[in-house]
Amino acid sequence: MEIYELTAHQLHEKLKAGEVSAQEIVKGLYQRIEDVEDDVKAYITLTKERALEQAKKVDQQLADGEEIGALAGIPIALKDNMCTEGIKTTCASEILHNFKPPYNATVVEKLEEAETVLLGKTNLDEFAMGSSTENSAFFTTKNPWDLDKVPGGSSGGSAAAVAAGEAVLAIGSDTGGSIRQPASLCGVVGMKPTYGFVSRYGLIAFASSLDQIGPFSKDVSDCALALNYICGHDPRDSTSAEREVPDFTESLVDDASGMKIGVPKELMDEGIEAETREAVKKAIAKFEELGAVCEEVSLPHSEYALSAYYLIAPAEASSNLARYDGVRYGHRSPEGQGLLDMFTKTRSEGFGDEVKRRIMLGTYALSSGYYDDYYLKAQKVRTLIKEDFAKAFAEYDLLLSPTSPFTAFGVGEKTDSDDLLQMYISDLCTVPANLAGIPGISIPCGFDSQGLPIGLQLLGDYFAEEKLIQAAYTFEQNTDFHQQRTEI
Amino acid sequence: MLKDYDITIGLEVHAQLDTETKIFCSCSTEFGAEPNTHTCPVCLGMPGVLPVLNKQAVEYAIKAGLALNCEITDFSKFDRKNYFYPDLPKAYQISQFDLPLCEEGYIDVMTDEESVRIGINRIHMEEDAGKLIHAQGGESLVDYNRGGTPLIEIVTEPDITSPIQATAYLKKLKNILEYLEVSDCNMAEGSLRCDANISLKPKGQSELGVKTELKNMNSFKAIEKALTYEIKRQRKLLKEGGKVVQETRTWDDEVEKTFSMRSKEEAHDYRYFPEPDLVPLEVDEAWLQEIKEEIPELPKARRERFVNELGLPEYDAEVLTDSKSIADFFEAVLEEYDDPKTVSNWMMGDMLRLLNEEELEIEEIKIEPVELAQMLKLMDDGTISSKIAKTVFEEMFNTGKKPETIVEEKGLKQISDSSELEGIIEEVLAENQSAVEDYQAGNENVIGFLVGQTMQATQGKANPQLVNEILRKKLAD
Amino acid sequence: MKVMKIDETMVEKVAMLSRLELSSSEKEQMTEQLNDILEYADELNELETEDIEPTAHALPIKNVFREDKVGESLARKDALKNAPQKEAGSFKVPQIIETDE
Repeated sequence: MEIYELTAHQLHEKLKAGEVSAQEIVKGLYQRIEDVEDDVKAYITLTKERALEQAKKVDQQLADGEEIGALAGIPIALKDNMCTEGIKTTCASEILHNFKPPYNATVVEKLEEAETVLLGKTNLDEFAMGSSTENSAFFTTKNPWDLDKVPGGSSGGSAAAVAAGEAVLAIGSDTGGSIRQPASLCGVVGMKPTYGFVSRYGLIAFASSLDQIGPFSKDVSDCALALNYICGHDPRDSTSAEREVPDFTESLVDDASGMKIGVPKELMDEGIEAETREAVKKAIAKFEELGAVCEEVSLPHSEYALSAYYLIAPAEASSNLARYDGVRYGHRSPEGQGLLDMFTKTRSEGFGDEVKRRIMLGTYALSSGYYDDYYLKAQKVRTLIKEDFAKAFAEYDLLLSPTSPFTAFGVGEKTDSDDLLQMYISDLCTVPANLAGIPGISIPCGFDSQGLPIGLQLLGDYFAEEKLIQAAYTFEQNTDFHQQRTEI
Repeated sequence: MLKDYDITIGLEVHAQLDTETKIFCSCSTEFGAEPNTHTCPVCLGMPGVLPVLNKQAVEYAIKAGLALNCEITDFSKFDRKNYFYPDLPKAYQISQFDLPLCEEGYIDVMTDEESVRIGINRIHMEEDAGKLIHAQGGESLVDYNRGGTPLIEIVTEPDITSPIQATAYLKKLKNILEYLEVSDCNMAEGSLRCDANISLKPKGQSELGVKTELKNMNSFKAIEKALTYEIKRQRKLLKEGGKVVQETRTWDDEVEKTFSMRSKEEAHDYRYFPEPDLVPLEVDEAWLQEIKEEIPELPKARRERFVNELGLPEYDAEVLTDSKSIADFFEAVLEEYDDPKTVSNWMMGDMLRLLNEEELEIEEIKIEPVELAQMLKLMDDGTISSKIAKTVFEEMFNTGKKPETIVEEKGLKQISDSSELEGIIEEVLAENQSAVEDYQAGNENVIGFLVGQTMQATQGKANPQLVNEILRKKLAD
Repeated sequence: MKVMKIDETMVEKVAMLSRLELSSSEKEQMTEQLNDILEYADELNELETEDIEPTAHALPIKNVFREDKVGESLARKDALKNAPQKEAGSFKVPQIIETDE
């Protein structure tokens, strides 16, 4: 097997055994990037020199006989909406095309402490707004399973990088499904932890009350490892949970017996493509076969989640993105006549259509006379959605659904500006978890007739990541979908 | 007071809290630093950064609320106030909208022997903006050092009915905040700022008139003048059948007029919504109690103590406690010189007069409390006369030199040597024969004149008591 | 004819509040798109929410503070590094012609 095909835990064993050096690993990954990046286009920025330096340090430690951490020397990719000191952080937007932060995101610091090797910064839908990476101001990332298809989004670059072997692990962010949906479309594991479990400091905000950072990996074991390093309280994030981080690898137990799994009927109806539904049904059968009890459950308000989400997220975004005004950093229009003109021209030139649309929608939802009808109403519905989950988790350990209503779609297929909802509907199954703040994981559970991956979503109660990992691991150990690799 | 119209004034005071660091980041709040040297990703509003609330700022705000008789709400939260301006780095100000920290307080204010209660509607916390400096060529330079300094906004009820009441309220408020040591209330440095809402309505009408909002008043004087001007302007408008336009007007201190800044058109929609990056604030009884215990003696209590325990007249106590710094100075002198009335006389007399003349604040005085005490002791032990003491005090005030040094350098020591004085007095008597004759004819009043002549001859240095004694003896001979 | 949720005049106002400039064709398209989304979101009105508390935060965290201790500020050159225009240690902005704020 090639280096780029291996998982983090496999590479760690090889490093420890002296079978491979960290520098060889990172070179192997860059070789792979060189081979396939022209097709996949996962990365906005590569940080090769820095990566080689980092790898060298790990090799030195190994040579000195030091113990190394489980992720030391593991090449990772980072979604380009997380700030990296001195390294361009663009959010795939013209407005930040030249921005080099003088600070690191907390997650970046944690990954550095773990001595991972940063390969580069990955593509996304501009400001994480989208489900296909087609909203990137720079280029569209392609799905490694079929280069005519999108990788999903908004963390499409991160998902595609892992699927194509261009990174061993990748970090993304999930506001309405932006980790889980591209993981599903690219046939990898993607997890959104409980809101507040991973610090948001340095994650460029889209919708602050929904945003959460999480990992992409080739299997559940690597997901558990990544969580071990990125979770934890951060005094710089007031919404960060003060909670001990367990060793998630202890949850890598092949046992689903007695697990009570609820299947929300609203997420299994005709809105879901037939082949996807079939694959999920097979997964349910698999869990039952492994000793779990699966029952239909209702989340009566989940059908309103998308509407609530498309008011709350743009409202917060309209405020979060107001700072891009051409004064302190980023793009400034040279055309402006006076201050007001500079503001409007800078923003009109700097933001893409989808971002503008959401800023407009959010501004409207918050404006005087409409606040109660839209923003406040949506926040109240958010309460109802939380209550649905609370009821369900009083009875069930986990909930199970498809991650995405459909498999990877064609580039340009859902970008019709007359029918935006076509794209928005991608988030149907993932959005409720963000509104409630609960954790969710997407794992591969099959392929459709075109050979495109299908993802299974498991949702847990607040901080029930260990249960999610155990269930996902058990499924993975008893299936082989995660071992399938793209032919690229 | 107008005969034909009722005046309605409400004040919004912004006070910078005297914390070491900013409200949401650990940058220093020090005034006067080089531009943009007290900034970080958080207060520059860089992408992805998050605010964390300064606990001290919350406690200061609660202290202010307690001292201003407010209810401290047990649950409050922060909101975003959205608008674009270069001095506002995030393009929103973190403030408090519908759930402020303090509500429903009041201050009792004395004007013209009449006590008026001014209601306080709310006190909320927010962050200050940066500063715009206009550069050559019309462009502006932005300095974010001030951005993120903690503020409390204290909003009155529309209870104020005259400019004099308004300034009386402000002075009282400033005094209380200074006593609490939660704000240094330096209007010149902008740590205390005041906006005013003002409207007129015909006597007897219940509905309030259209108000204007006045800004840019940088001293108590300016506030009084601006309100007075605005009353005149609005009254004239109304009398002539015109209408007051609801708008913001800026005070121009040079020409002493208010000018319209902009019409409050639809562009103003702050789109307040709960700040998702900050969590709610809950103040429980235990925390409140802790803060209550930290509240120092307030002006009213101090005034009462000065009267009851130090035996000062009401008037002295009022004047001395009117500013915390003056009262502190007073008590520091007492540490070294335990005669409250004498100290009070000197402070209320010469000291406040000189401060006034020089337009100085007590904080700027060159005299140390201990030096005033030393001067008083020099008087007591006869080293200087009370007359000379005035000269010494002025010199201390102007130069900051110690009283002993001044007495030494200028040779101001009192002449208490009888033989030296006798010689001088003989000369005086010789030069004033007619007065001597008057005295001997039974007009004892001339003794005062002769004492004066002797003092003059010694440039005031003679011990007046001794002079008196010697004179009487000599005249009796 | 269906009732518009938001008309072009409102779109213009919202664009001004957002500091965005829309060409007339963009304005037209934006109006249609926003109407589509708002119409879809109308389904929320099927729910009775009179007595429901809004959710602003996912987790019930409260009272998070920092101590009032001075930490490190950025070096000024780093603060200004990304500035499109700077002068005399400050960020430079164009003339304020309008009196809009």
